[in-house]
Amino acid sequence: MENIEARVKKIVAEQLGVNEAEVKIDSSFVDDLGADSLDTVELVMALEEEFECEIPDEEAEKITTVQQAVDYVTAHLNK
Amino acid sequence: MGFLQGKKILITGMISNRSIAYGIAQACHREGAELAFTYVVDKLEDRVREMAADFGSTQVFRCDVQNDQEIEQLFADLGKEWDGLDGLVHAIAFAPRESLEGDFLDALTREAFQTAHDVSAYSFPALAKAARPMMQGRNGALLTLSYLGAVRAIPNYNVMGLAKASLEASVRFMAASLGKDGIRVNAISAGPIKTLAAAGISGFGKLLSMAANQSCLRRNVTTEEVGNTAAFMLSDLASGITGEITYVDGGFSINSLNVPDA
Repeated sequence: MENIEARVKKIVAEQLGVNEAEVKIDSSFVDDLGADSLDTVELVMALEEEFECEIPDEEAEKITTVQQAVDYVTAHLNK
Repeated sequence: MGFLQGKKILITGMISNRSIAYGIAQACHREGAELAFTYVVDKLEDRVREMAADFGSTQVFRCDVQNDQEIEQLFADLGKEWDGLDGLVHAIAFAPRESLEGDFLDALTREAFQTAHDVSAYSFPALAKAARPMMQGRNGALLTLSYLGAVRAIPNYNVMGLAKASLEASVRFMAASLGKDGIRVNAISAGPIKTLAAAGISGFGKLLSMAANQSCLRRNVTTEEVGNTAAFMLSDLASGITGEITYVDGGFSINSLNVPDA
């Protein structure tokens, strides 16, 4: 679980060009980390690559915070 | 020495490092070309500038291809920096998202048709028309990006397929028109690649894996592979090729079907 959180945070930091220390579990991509709409689409694509999964559009729209990304990946990997 | 040494190439449509235009820029830069880039709206300027820096370029200009004045301004601005232009890459397409899902006729509107054709098809000859004076006497080349949807019905691609058909027709008419000036015009029809633009096409992930399974090479192509072909098409190595649609799709378009291995 911690491992997934660390990997998610690393990707978020890379994609949004922010320091990894700034990325908190409750950070909102748009409100806290300054992501625009393109950034969020790219972020979802990077998560799909890292965790070798496909996140459908309607699910991707609901992923707006680090916590939500971690939850999605965790649920998906457990299947 | 790279085979594009000394060439000045303008690349449109680069929006992320996943863009096909980014792959084209990489290959052209590697082969020695000097590059300039465009962005469509101000909020994208910083993104494009950062990527341009990857290729040692500070030549970044605004151009919304739906605006005639901006097209004119682009070449006025570029003309202040460069004394001529050897290559132009058109990597621009757009259709309203809701027109790119579900049944073609259900999703069709006059407005979606007009927008798709204006942004994705008209813009190529419009840019060529404005670029023509800067491209005289240099054996230049223009290149655009198409997709199989121009010649086949493909689920969800819908009105964009019609626009790509128009774009491919424009390649032929432009090749005939600009041939007198020694300028070549070609297109690359790339297999599906997961770019930001593709994220707007419904069910794209599924389409990607099905396309991989049914291509001759049993895989999808990369922006690097499209980039390498683009660099070749823009170079003097391709001096005898014009009006051509080149498929970089792992053989998907010529294959009928693959039977799964037992």
